[in-house]
Amino acid sequence: MADRDDFERRLQEARVRQGLDAAPKGHGGGLPGGAWGIGFRIGVELVSALIVGLAIGWALDRWLGTGPWLLMLFVVLGVAAGVLNVYRVAMPRSGPR
Amino acid sequence: MAAEGKAIDALSQFALTPVLGKVGASVGFTQSNAFMLLAVGLITALMISGTARRAIIPGRLQALAEAAYEFVYEMATGQIGEEGKRYFPFIFSLFMFVLFGNLLGLLPYAFTYTSHIAVTFTLAVIVIVLVTAVGIAIHGWHWFSYFKPPGLSPLLAVLVAPIEVISYLSRPISLSVRLFANMVAGHVMLKVFASFVVMLGTAGFLGFLGALAPIAINVALVGFEFLVAFLQAYVFAVLTSIYLHDAVHLH
Repeated sequence: MADRDDFERRLQEARVRQGLDAAPKGHGGGLPGGAWGIGFRIGVELVSALIVGLAIGWALDRWLGTGPWLLMLFVVLGVAAGVLNVYRVAMPRSGPR
Repeated sequence: MAAEGKAIDALSQFALTPVLGKVGASVGFTQSNAFMLLAVGLITALMISGTARRAIIPGRLQALAEAAYEFVYEMATGQIGEEGKRYFPFIFSLFMFVLFGNLLGLLPYAFTYTSHIAVTFTLAVIVIVLVTAVGIAIHGWHWFSYFKPPGLSPLLAVLVAPIEVISYLSRPISLSVRLFANMVAGHVMLKVFASFVVMLGTAGFLGFLGALAPIAINVALVGFEFLVAFLQAYVFAVLTSIYLHDAVHLH
């Protein structure tokens, strides 16, 4: 079995050398770049977290009848989650993928 | 239809209309559903006919089927690791369904079902429910520690946990909005420039010459849309793989 794995590995290396396969990427983000792509992605990440915070706060307020307070709290948490999302887009987690 | 009167009607292309006569109208079977069935049929036909002969030197269909299979296989195992093989069928179906939806929508008179948030959000909800189920199935109660970053004082964890939960729940929204918005934007742009062609082309000789510019833009846009169609299907599948990776390997 080890023999076969070794062959697969050498075959892969040869394929990379000959340009048949792309070289393995450094980090595993694997998402295409491009200024527009990244900009759009960051915008979506920010807004989607805000929407979720808004929805949770609104629903909890409606359920518990606690006026606007939970909505306000969860909007702030939503913004924080959005920033966290953006941070994760900008800095993909390192480590084995 | 493109330019009725003077107004540019770029959004009517996304309207749902029932097909199959009265039967379709009574069960709400629209052209969107018809194209979903068509996509599933085409994917099945491609994979069955592509793998039927199993030639050593593949023909065109077999090469296409193998390329699609290996592309997604590499993505699944590359992102998730060895365990990715277990989720490969799901990722492959998802990728092909989104890809065929995007590509079929570029054919004239076709409908793009991925241009509806209802469709993309449903797909994203399926993804997030599956990812959560996989995480809980593998790690049990321990999975909930996903929302508590390691090495954090309990006081801060109380503050950070809701933020992590919101961030987790925002994944299906960003996943679906990205695909939906890209498809809508592309099709609206194509329609707007096509309307310019019609409006200018009917405005005498000078207008006829002027219509060449939007035609040129549309030619470039169609090529660009093919890129976007593929890219968005890829992004959808790759993010699904990344989420599955997070569920399989906590932290």
